[in-house]
Amino acid sequence: MAKIHVTATVNGDEVEFLCELEETLLDVLRDELHLTGSKEGCASGDCGACSVMLDGRLVCACLVLGVEMEGRSVETIEAMAAGDELHPLQQKFLEHAALQCGICTPGILVAAKALLEKKPDPTETEVRFWLAGNLCRCTGYDKIIRAVLDAAAEMRVS
Amino acid sequence: MSTAEKLENGKFKWVGTRPVRPDGVDKVTGRARFGADLFLPGMLVGRVLRSPHAHARIKSIDTSKAEALPGVKAVVTRDDFKEMPSESVAAGEMMIDYRDMTRNIMAREKVLYDGHAVAAVAAASASVARKALKLIKVEYEVLPHVIGVIEAMEPGAPVLHEAMFTEGVEPTPDTPSNIAARNELGRGDVEAGFKKADIILERTFDTAPVHQGYIENHACVASVSEDGKAELWCSTQGHYMVRAFCAKLLGMDISDLRVTASEIGGGFGGKTIVYLEPVALVLSQKAHHPVKMVMTREEVFRATGPTSGANVWVKLGATKDGKITAAEAVLKYQAGAFPGSPVGPGCMCAFAPYDIENVKVVGYDVVSNRPKVAAYRAPGAPISEYAVECVVDELAEKLGLDPIELRLKNAAKEGTQAAYGPKFGPIGFVETLEAAKSHPHYNAPLGPNQGRGVASGFWFNIGGESCATININEDGTAQLMVGTPDIGGSRASMAMMAAEELGIDLDKVNPVIGDTGSLGFSFLTGGSRVTFATGKAVIVAAGNVITDLRERAAKIWDIPVDAVEWEDGFARPTSSNAGEFDPLSLADIAAMAAKTGGPIAGHAQINAQGAAPGFGTHIVDVEVDKETGRVTVLRYTVIQDAGKAIHPSYVEGQYQGGAAQGIGWALNEEYVYGEDGRMQNTGFLDYRMPVASDLPMIDTQIIEVPNPNHPYGVRGVGETPLVPAMGAVACAVEHALGTRLNELPMSPPRVLKAIGAIGEAQA
Repeated sequence: MAKIHVTATVNGDEVEFLCELEETLLDVLRDELHLTGSKEGCASGDCGACSVMLDGRLVCACLVLGVEMEGRSVETIEAMAAGDELHPLQQKFLEHAALQCGICTPGILVAAKALLEKKPDPTETEVRFWLAGNLCRCTGYDKIIRAVLDAAAEMRVS
Repeated sequence: MSTAEKLENGKFKWVGTRPVRPDGVDKVTGRARFGADLFLPGMLVGRVLRSPHAHARIKSIDTSKAEALPGVKAVVTRDDFKEMPSESVAAGEMMIDYRDMTRNIMAREKVLYDGHAVAAVAAASASVARKALKLIKVEYEVLPHVIGVIEAMEPGAPVLHEAMFTEGVEPTPDTPSNIAARNELGRGDVEAGFKKADIILERTFDTAPVHQGYIENHACVASVSEDGKAELWCSTQGHYMVRAFCAKLLGMDISDLRVTASEIGGGFGGKTIVYLEPVALVLSQKAHHPVKMVMTREEVFRATGPTSGANVWVKLGATKDGKITAAEAVLKYQAGAFPGSPVGPGCMCAFAPYDIENVKVVGYDVVSNRPKVAAYRAPGAPISEYAVECVVDELAEKLGLDPIELRLKNAAKEGTQAAYGPKFGPIGFVETLEAAKSHPHYNAPLGPNQGRGVASGFWFNIGGESCATININEDGTAQLMVGTPDIGGSRASMAMMAAEELGIDLDKVNPVIGDTGSLGFSFLTGGSRVTFATGKAVIVAAGNVITDLRERAAKIWDIPVDAVEWEDGFARPTSSNAGEFDPLSLADIAAMAAKTGGPIAGHAQINAQGAAPGFGTHIVDVEVDKETGRVTVLRYTVIQDAGKAIHPSYVEGQYQGGAAQGIGWALNEEYVYGEDGRMQNTGFLDYRMPVASDLPMIDTQIIEVPNPNHPYGVRGVGETPLVPAMGAVACAVEHALGTRLNELPMSPPRVLKAIGAIGEAQA
């Protein structure tokens, strides 16, 4: 099968890749670009482990086709820290022990960042419903929710 | 200060603190490499063809068209795996049989469940691999199937294994059945005990099988060289177990297979056996290329895990003042397609929290046409203890006693002879009950349609074999290597124990998980054993480093080694009689290592004995919507004995995660099968695990009754938190409704049925 040539922006860099029609954005990120921070937990949009920002909108990379990426811009977990400086959410996740195995962590961080960009002062309930599309099987979410609320508070001050 | 003094005074430098975990940054930046994150040059994509039938004889498999497809490099079927004689071996907390294992990874005579592997391909791309699978022609003779445990036990049920005659009954039956084994334990005289009772309750419970639900699908990369040596990278709870299983199934020398454990995205017991790994190795051998295999979520649901669904009958007798006089249970556990359900531990745990004179428990291990069960967090215990805790709660209600008071009247204590055999050492069960009774949660007011449940739980915890190595680097930093995959922060607790012993800063200790070529055998990450058993190995290794450091200091000072002590990271003369010398730090001694005998290291290889059991008590409040049947969890408190919490945040995390899994098991999770015997809810949308908006904050209280068999008092904490959860949630729901369901999950249709809002047929 002939592959399709696509030019897109990935984490600020212009990237060209070839992809098959059936390949998803997640396949492209992981298998072509080797950006493996986005995880596949379900490939059906139910677990949120592949959460990325597509032109500023939170999406599951497994629900976007690679060929749809022409001219578009995606931001992944790999772009979240600014050089050596962790994003406040990343720092708070570490301080609150808001991860155990860590497989869901990249997706949850991307999703939480999207929330705080829209709503810097979310309630606990708002955080819980916003993150309802991101499954975590280890933590029971308690420490995740606390970390997000704490990061939000810190970001409002700074 | 000695460890004993530190324990006495609470003067630990690292133990009991909450530092950032050493692998943390990699986990929040996406850098950590999990099972599917490895890419090797020339790597192929491996995929599995799975049975569409619940039960069928394989008449033939024709792979010729698939092999002819351009881009296909190898195809394997049953013909590529040798027959294995029946041989049982321990796999974590479960037993496996190599004869069954080779049939589970690749069907031989029959497919025994929807999703059973029948062939696999390695191809240049995923799309070619998918096309190749469609070109494989399998001719099946479809057979009648059976799914439920009660149905599978009935005479005349379709029989999965023609040579299976129930073990553990005399005489051995002369006709095959799906009952693999019957086992029984107990003591005293239950009939006499029930005669002494003023009240006797008999109840029957049904539980659905539930999946471990790790978010990371099974994944591995295998690379077999032309000389037969192989490397395997995989997501597993025990890479030494993977090595043993694969070497056995493929007839390899253990030394020819080097297995590296990737970061692991959850396991909960489900990653203690092999599925893809042997297949990937054979594909790689045939294709002469590395092969990566990654399951889809649908494959994980259809072909891996879960834990047993079960039918449990419980009978309890008690006096008017609440002393339990006799306890009896019959447990029927689904094993899946091959024998080996966790009914054994289910029997042992059923009444373990209680000091009961007369106990009898009978268990049945029953096969049916569903995936072979795997360990799941305290395997077997949550099912039997859920049923028992529900009856204990009803007993309290009928006697007009507080359910915690009833438990206190019967609670196991130090010196109690457990019904399953041993005498308990120091345990913290009573402490969890007392803490629950005085917890503000227990006495908070409830609103309309709300109910509160309380339940307790027990799990053994295990020890076992672990290795640890500490290499002191030239600059005085320490390289710590252990062989137990870090599934939830154990590198932090291992490094903390090493730093505590050596007396150096935590950031000077770099903990890594060694591959099987770098460190000796370590049993898997399971049984809540790592902080206890591998932790003990780390402490022994650190002790050996300290011995070495003292010898080096003695050499430098030219005094006897007995005259050198190690304290808080420094070698010092034991007294002024030994001479006047400035203390030498670990870094000072490391810098002079070459002149004093070469590199400094400590190693430990132990079989850790004396794991101490865990007890927990949960309190939960729920509200039931009687129009929709939906149950909302309002408040949750977990109280559990940790012995000693090395890193309290990760202990709390275990408590919270176990409770959340239990809430899912109690309220929503189940396998839905069609008439055709195929699983219908093979995705996270329909297999409904708890999401963030389903749960409240989960409060925790760590009780510390030290385990005398660990230098710091550690007892395992990972599994116990799941055990009380279903009983607690069930009792809360039942108190809210004023009626008992005795069935899991308590999904909206079942709740509506229980209150008579809908009929049987709709539920």
